[in-house]
Amino acid sequence: MATVVFPDHLLGCTNGQRQVELLVDNYRELLLALEKQWPGIGEALAKSAVAIDGQIYQDAFLEPVNADSEIFFMARIEGG
Amino acid sequence: MAEAVDYQVLGTRPVRPDGVDKVTGRAQFGADQNLPNMLHGKILRSPHAHARIKRVDLSKALAMDGVCAAVTGADFPTVASGVSIGEAGGDVMDIAHNVMARDKALYHGHAVAAVAATSLEIAEQALDAIDVEYEVLPPVLDVLQAMAPAAPLLDENCFTKNLPEKPDKPSNVASVMALSRGDVEAGFEQADLVVEGEYRIPMAHQGYIEPHACTATVNEEGKATVWCCTQGQFDFRTAIAKILDWKVGDMKVVPSEIGGGFGGKTVVYLEPVAVLLSQRAGRPVKMVMSREEVFRATGPTSGTVCRVKVGAKQNGRITAAKAWLAYESGAFPGAPVGPGAMSIFAPYDLENFLVEGHEVRVNKPKVAAYRAPGAPQSMHAMEVALDDLARQLNMDPLDLRMVNAADEGTQAPYGPKFPAIGFKACIEAAKKHPNYTAPLLEGAGRGVAAGFWFNVGMQSSAEVRLNEDGTVIVMEGNPDIGGSRASMSLMAAETLGVPYEQVKTYVGDTESTGFCNLTGGSRTTFATGMAVVRACEDIIAQCRSRAAATWGVDEEQVEWRDGQAVPAPGVNADVNPLSLADLAAGAPRTGGPILGRASLNAQGAGASFSVNFTDLKVDQETGAVEVLSFTAVQDAGKAIHPAYVEGQMQGGAAQGLGWALNEEYIYDADGVMENAGFLDYRVPVASDLPMIDTEIVEVRNPSHPYGVRGVGETPIVAPLAATANAVRDAIGIRINDLPLSPPRILAALGGE
Amino acid sequence: MSKIHVQTTINGEQVDFLCPPQQSLLEALRETLGMLGTKEGCGTGDCGACSIILNGRLVCSCLMLAAEAQGQEMTTIEGIADADGLHVLQEKFLEHAALQCGICTPGFIVAAKALLDRDPNPDERTIRYWLAGNLCRCTGYDKIVRAVQDAAQQLAYEA
Repeated sequence: MATVVFPDHLLGCTNGQRQVELLVDNYRELLLALEKQWPGIGEALAKSAVAIDGQIYQDAFLEPVNADSEIFFMARIEGG
Repeated sequence: MAEAVDYQVLGTRPVRPDGVDKVTGRAQFGADQNLPNMLHGKILRSPHAHARIKRVDLSKALAMDGVCAAVTGADFPTVASGVSIGEAGGDVMDIAHNVMARDKALYHGHAVAAVAATSLEIAEQALDAIDVEYEVLPPVLDVLQAMAPAAPLLDENCFTKNLPEKPDKPSNVASVMALSRGDVEAGFEQADLVVEGEYRIPMAHQGYIEPHACTATVNEEGKATVWCCTQGQFDFRTAIAKILDWKVGDMKVVPSEIGGGFGGKTVVYLEPVAVLLSQRAGRPVKMVMSREEVFRATGPTSGTVCRVKVGAKQNGRITAAKAWLAYESGAFPGAPVGPGAMSIFAPYDLENFLVEGHEVRVNKPKVAAYRAPGAPQSMHAMEVALDDLARQLNMDPLDLRMVNAADEGTQAPYGPKFPAIGFKACIEAAKKHPNYTAPLLEGAGRGVAAGFWFNVGMQSSAEVRLNEDGTVIVMEGNPDIGGSRASMSLMAAETLGVPYEQVKTYVGDTESTGFCNLTGGSRTTFATGMAVVRACEDIIAQCRSRAAATWGVDEEQVEWRDGQAVPAPGVNADVNPLSLADLAAGAPRTGGPILGRASLNAQGAGASFSVNFTDLKVDQETGAVEVLSFTAVQDAGKAIHPAYVEGQMQGGAAQGLGWALNEEYIYDADGVMENAGFLDYRVPVASDLPMIDTEIVEVRNPSHPYGVRGVGETPIVAPLAATANAVRDAIGIRINDLPLSPPRILAALGGE
Repeated sequence: MSKIHVQTTINGEQVDFLCPPQQSLLEALRETLGMLGTKEGCGTGDCGACSIILNGRLVCSCLMLAAEAQGQEMTTIEGIADADGLHVLQEKFLEHAALQCGICTPGFIVAAKALLDRDPNPDERTIRYWLAGNLCRCTGYDKIVRAVQDAAQQLAYEA
């Protein structure tokens, strides 16, 4: 099961739940699963960046998710 | 940590492709575009920091001889909130309303109307003829004042985002955010000692030397061309199209050379106005900001209040850290408090921490990205607190950082585990540096600080064209702000195996090259470089196939070595190697022109860490600081063109020193900036600075074909605290706030 | 308003132009004469991007009236290189990567030329104080100062 961790500012979307474990094959399936669990969270996640196993993606979609993957949602990073 | 890989051209320091044009005055910058029959546009700006716009009457201006068009906010289409544009630009509605005020002027200098006339002089006279009726409102100028429940509201429709419960009252606090791990209070209980402080830094400006400028022309078919200085022609095209409700395909944006940006040229100001004026007038319109307009109405970075508390054991190990951040976003949301919060503890391996961030609207210009947006302010607070901690522990400040340093596998405060990073390597290099082992001059002080930036990847395209004579053209879409054409040429030459001189890199407009996100986030050499390398690999694949066709062998039997197609080992073919020139000459017979391309959304931008230290002296009578030496150590992953990497480090150091020592927005009680010029907003000049010593550390980024990490932003992060800590060391008094200008230092000395 | 007829010498060539009385020399150079190499960064004499050499003296062309150019001799960035190639200063700026964005570069090269014309062997401190009227936001001045030092050495060697 992949571990998904939410930052504090997304806890409002997850009823305070910080972590969830899910069995999915890729990021697209992960988003669908999370939206099913917490309807409406997709909109907030679309504005977030995500780190999958240490690699930060500003726009993940096709990336695979392994059974032991660690997934962290985080604020998008800008730059000057 | 030097790499074992032998490169042919990477790491050399050739002259940049655009160099000769830039030292002879030939290079065309934003204000250098003139068209036949061109009009001059000017903007009328609000004389109040906060006012309701009751009425704007353009009739007298429009009646003047030579005035061809005039517009107000009412002439712009209604833009709905919700779409985010640009890299740090924010919501399209906010950007549209910043470009031209609608019902309210939210800062002194906010655009209220614009005119286009046959001369600049007439345009300026026409501004005086525009009649505006304002209802003046009390301004909110300070971040803490704006957070108070009774503060005047900038926007009655602004409800704080990300609160656990949806708020029922509007607020100037646009959003809040938090990051945490472990049990921070329990962590403080384990601590042997605790340091804390509140640190304030006023707004500061990017200070690029070239003012914003653009020329727009709309033809009878409804197609627009905009020439402008921008960090991203594609993101500007999107922004202009969305603000004016145009089709992206009807808009062409041609980037001029750009005279500095540092994040400040990631957002549109003049461009949509110039297009609208040109459409109304049926003639080209040129608009150039004055320096005063640049200060009053374009992107400063947030003024901030940061509170930090750090607890540690006697051995220096941090047990808990807590931060409270409040960032001014200016008139509209968009403060970089998210990155500020994510970066503040990033260099350290912490079990327990809590960061709370607030972005707060005030009646000052809408902030724009400024080099490592948000990090210098928050990390100043942490790095100053750590300096106090090191003093109390009687520990070398570099040792304290080493004890707590993040390394490969450390879980970053913002979530993921770090891949290979160079922070420890930077600390080690700093500790061994001759400037650090050298004794301090009598009366001088030394300060140390760490820096960090995430870096980003994002979308890039590149096209590589083989000319008929075997020379190579690289086309890409990232305005060259500090020598990136040279690094693209170097990466292309290395990949193809040809001399640097054989390759020339060009930056295309939105119609001549594929989409690239803007030059920012330290992404260009990393992401666009990756696209260039991939496009060159595409060329190589095609060249192998052309050679195979020429020799009548299979493609697998051809190898690419040292810039030539050669038969693979063991292949029995009595042929001469084919160079790019040979293959180009043979191209008509083997399938036509050879063109390589690549487009990607680059992932895996490696974080870049730094350590800076500086020696300085404080004049006890004047409070002036003399910087004796400054040393910047930074991880570049792989320095493609070391001179331009050093240049980024030196330039960032100078900007950081300016921010630490002098630069600030000074406001009067009515919200009018009192120092809107380079005479009073004092950026460092040559005589303020010593040579800036650099040491490039190279810890390869595994995600990039040559190991590149972006280097542009990290350099501005550490100088703020390094300078503050050196002043503390020199005068024996801690001053928490910046800038450490002579009056502030004198006040501190007088208070002893 | 009637325009003023100005006769002046720019980069060794006699030039005639008409200007309104209030026009700055910078504006005349850029807008009337199309010499766009001289840049405007502030318009108030604080940044030095518009530096030119007027009768051997370094001046900010934004602070001078165009009409004041009557009978004067000036050098702009367009007159620093000649048919034989780049001036040593220009070569050294390139070699040392002494420019990043390049907007301040014409002003710096003109200012540095004015310095070397009067002091062929300046020390670092002299260079830094002489160039203190020219702002660069990209480089931290390190490579600019080194380029000027190197150019001075090269010129001394050639002399």
